[in-house]
Amino acid sequence: MRGAPEQHCDKVNVMADSFNFELVSPERLLLSASVTEVVLPGMDGEMTVMAHHAPTMTTIKPGVVTVVTAEGKSDRFVVFGGFADILPEGCTLLAESAVAVSDIDRDDLAQRLQDAREDVADATTDADKQKAQEYLDQLTTLNGAILPA
Amino acid sequence: MPSLKDLKNRIASVKATQKITKAMQMVAAAKLRRAQEAAEAARPYSQRMAAVMSNIAEAVGDGDDAPKLMTGTGKDDTHLLVVCTAERGMCGGFNSQIARHARVHVRKLLADGKSVKILCVGKKGYDILRREYASLIIERIDFRDVKQMSFAQAELVAEKVMGLFDQGGFDVCTLFYSEFKSVISQVPTAQQLIPATTGAADADASTSAIYDYEPSAEEILEDLAPRSIKVQIFRALLENVAGEMGAKMSAMDNATRNAGEMIDKLSMSYNRQRQAQITKELIEIISGAEAL
Repeated sequence: MRGAPEQHCDKVNVMADSFNFELVSPERLLLSASVTEVVLPGMDGEMTVMAHHAPTMTTIKPGVVTVVTAEGKSDRFVVFGGFADILPEGCTLLAESAVAVSDIDRDDLAQRLQDAREDVADATTDADKQKAQEYLDQLTTLNGAILPA
Repeated sequence: MPSLKDLKNRIASVKATQKITKAMQMVAAAKLRRAQEAAEAARPYSQRMAAVMSNIAEAVGDGDDAPKLMTGTGKDDTHLLVVCTAERGMCGGFNSQIARHARVHVRKLLADGKSVKILCVGKKGYDILRREYASLIIERIDFRDVKQMSFAQAELVAEKVMGLFDQGGFDVCTLFYSEFKSVISQVPTAQQLIPATTGAADADASTSAIYDYEPSAEEILEDLAPRSIKVQIFRALLENVAGEMGAKMSAMDNATRNAGEMIDKLSMSYNRQRQAQITKELIEIISGAEAL
């Protein structure tokens, strides 16, 4: 731990209300922490979740999730689709697959982009094609968003 | 009566076998630990998924908007059985237990006049089932060269199943696997995948808050239903790996112990025979000396 324990407690009291946030991928629980703010890439646009949010369920598109912990530290994760279950007392993000931005594997991302491109080319029906194209666009945006990081 | 030399050779060969089984047991123990960890790590996701599914299914109800994966086709004429087994033997009755469970199910369905299709995941189940039901097996999936079971494998299986469903290949899908209870006990289990059964028992009253859905509840459910199937298959695969390793560990432990007993018995008769031979030689010498 960095500071002395007393300091740590004070800080939490001063901060805004915190709530419990869990980021789970099928393989493991990535993060379970007390946080003050979470920014999710929702299907209908980015949304920020804070404590006492109305119960909401939303699907998530590939993008970056930003988490501000109760200690004021900010973490970023890349998620590839999934959905979020938001309750006033907590928020759970079930991600198809997720990695911390610092651990992201560029080759893996490039591979996913490549796969998505092939999916677009292989799609036979219009609906499939549109879906694949959407996914590719989301991935491209994501790629652009984390490149400078 | 085998000669001294024969006995010696047999002892040596049993000892070599014992060494192998012991090594296999230790490998299985190490792998079991890893498999158990993986199964445990995957648990939060599947639990949350089940809770959310039952929640949202309640909200949408059995209306016409619910996706086909949830409601089924409305018939139950054709059944698809997904039988998950291990890739390797040497694990006691693990594979045959699952296969037997599936076979009982197949027999019952056939007796009821339903048509049955089987999808084998894992080599061993295929080997056992093809003797009797070769014509029913439509496909087999091997994970022989997969080191660590990951979500990608589950997706592969799920995609096959859902593709088949979309083509109207079957009405009801049941998943067969072995539930990992403990190292010495794995219970073969059948679980219905399609139409999805929502675990109504798990849905406690506190979670039934009024949700905002974004986009609509139906759309989310549409997106969620296939994902839930993937998760269930993933869980089954992980439980299977843990079960296989548990079964292998206890099977190899038994084999090692048996080999130890056999070595004891063989050494006993080896020593006895050696003693008898010495006694015999002594008697010959003494009686020869007395005759003089």
